[in-house]
Amino acid sequence: MLGAYLPIIFLVVIAAVFGFASLCFSSLIGQKKPSEVKLAPYECGCEPVGSARERFSVKFYIIAMLFILFDIEAVFLYPWAIIYKKLGMFGVMEMAVFIVILFVGYIYVWKKGALEWE
Amino acid sequence: MGFELFGLPMIYYIAMIVKVLVVFVFVLLTVAYATYAERKIIGHMQVRLGPMRTGWHGLLQPIADGIKLFFKEEIVPSQSDKFAFLLAPIIALIPAFIGFAVIPFGDTIEVMGYKIPLQIAAFYDTAAGKVVDLNVGVLYILALASVGVYGIVLAGWASNSKYSLLGGLRSSAQMISYELAAGLAIISVFMMSESLSLQKIVADQAGFGWYAFKQPLAFILFFICSIAEINRTPFDLPEAETELVSGFCTEYSSMKYAMFFMAEYANMVTVCAVTTTLFLGGWHGPGFLPGWVWFIAKVYFLIFVCMWIRATYPRYRYDQLMRLGWKVFLPLTLLNIVVTGLIAR
Amino acid sequence: METIFFTIVAAVTVLSGIMVVTCRNPINSALSLILTFFCIATLYVTLDAPFMAAVQVLVYAGAIMVLIVFVIMLLNIRSEVGRRYTHAGIIGTVVGFLMLVLTFNFLNNSSLTGAKGLITTDVINKIGHTELIARSMFTDFLLPFEITSILLLVAIIGAVILSKKKI
Repeated sequence: MLGAYLPIIFLVVIAAVFGFASLCFSSLIGQKKPSEVKLAPYECGCEPVGSARERFSVKFYIIAMLFILFDIEAVFLYPWAIIYKKLGMFGVMEMAVFIVILFVGYIYVWKKGALEWE
Repeated sequence: MGFELFGLPMIYYIAMIVKVLVVFVFVLLTVAYATYAERKIIGHMQVRLGPMRTGWHGLLQPIADGIKLFFKEEIVPSQSDKFAFLLAPIIALIPAFIGFAVIPFGDTIEVMGYKIPLQIAAFYDTAAGKVVDLNVGVLYILALASVGVYGIVLAGWASNSKYSLLGGLRSSAQMISYELAAGLAIISVFMMSESLSLQKIVADQAGFGWYAFKQPLAFILFFICSIAEINRTPFDLPEAETELVSGFCTEYSSMKYAMFFMAEYANMVTVCAVTTTLFLGGWHGPGFLPGWVWFIAKVYFLIFVCMWIRATYPRYRYDQLMRLGWKVFLPLTLLNIVVTGLIAR
Repeated sequence: METIFFTIVAAVTVLSGIMVVTCRNPINSALSLILTFFCIATLYVTLDAPFMAAVQVLVYAGAIMVLIVFVIMLLNIRSEVGRRYTHAGIIGTVVGFLMLVLTFNFLNNSSLTGAKGLITTDVINKIGHTELIARSMFTDFLLPFEITSILLLVAIIGAVILSKKKI
């Protein structure tokens, strides 16, 4: 177990050290001449209008929610994929039932227009 | 080599450190020179020369760019969320660089009587007489890809700028949509290899039994979805200059900007390496060259294809992009699984 | 070695868990929660359950937290929420204390015999964790698995109804 996972921890440490070090190094040697206009949010040279923290389209939530649900479906498919040959036709049928039930949901989502970006 | 630490011989640790450092430097260099290659290749495809001034045919251009970025002014916008703003580039960078850990890039080599597999997260189990790697190697890569969203979404939110926020949101919605399709597309490969371990998947493709031939639809779907997931042209909506200035990294400058850039290119290298491993036989190739040479050649070829696509196709519109992901690719991947299930037994 | 590693990871888990409830800025809470999920995934790996670890990161850290971060970004809750729920601290302490009592009770008076089951580390390493899960899920626990699909279907319909004004 340890033999396979230790290198990953080591790689994470290397990547993190590299990231932090180059950030610190560049903020040490980079020049600093801040001004009020320079630090304002960029809006193509105009004065910023209002705040960026506003409500945005509900579409993004539908996408995120549907992603969770279909991702869980995918998670069930991974263990099934590696033993379906041993289960034979029985395995194919049980997954077919699972996929068909979820496909009904998918068609419902499609018909209700939740996938449209008008 | 009698000395042991936690049940593993000393040479295991030496091999681990060497492997990690070599791969890390290799990915860094590839990232640096991928930016150069991209400018050169697209330049020549558009009958331009690309960078020519720094070094012979502009070969020192990436190094000059890197040094320049170090000396640039660091701007932290006054209205931003400082902590999240500083953290976002690092969160984007780490998953991009550690994906390589599970990819086998060559055959097992023997150093001083100890067998070392050319894969970072693996070791040779002398008692069992086989290479032990992650039982869930592919899921490790999918999990990292799913975490890559946070760097971008956090950058967009923390900047407190309208362009950044919209860019970050679009980008994350696009990434999760195509991540789903990519994750479903590769299931047919697992069905054929009956394993999630990348060692096993590569071993199954020895002698040109590539899954790209057995699963052509899955191969094409996975490659397109991966390109969309790492926000490359023609799916680079988050950075659509004409609409969103520079998307989620509008407010970023200096090394922090460079990190998003590096993360994007490192993701491209990882995606090409994963595609090679899953579909193009990994490091297998005709025996006159060692495995790792074949592996690098295949990865570089796929990187070239990415750049070729960028030079050829115009950018998608956002509604077209989401329609393609949810209404075309998702049903196609499910269909591919069902067909594979019925035929390939 | 294993004990030291566990102690470090467990300490980080608990610390980031505390950060989730104490952070004033909701985005920082969300980030701490992601860190907690990662630590739990690491603990799964040390328990020889790599598939659980991958799913933990894939579903919790990679999917559910994206939605939570979206919601935080939409509602733009700054640090005002903390003041409104004053009872939460008291109830939390009581529930936490009860959980602690239950845990100790379980450890002392339960029928833990220390005997090992069929699925030992050797078996997992030989067959593979994913395959072991698959075997029981698609044979012994087939009905719960199929019911999950109905549950997901209900959730899909619920998600659409919640977010659309016109049905």
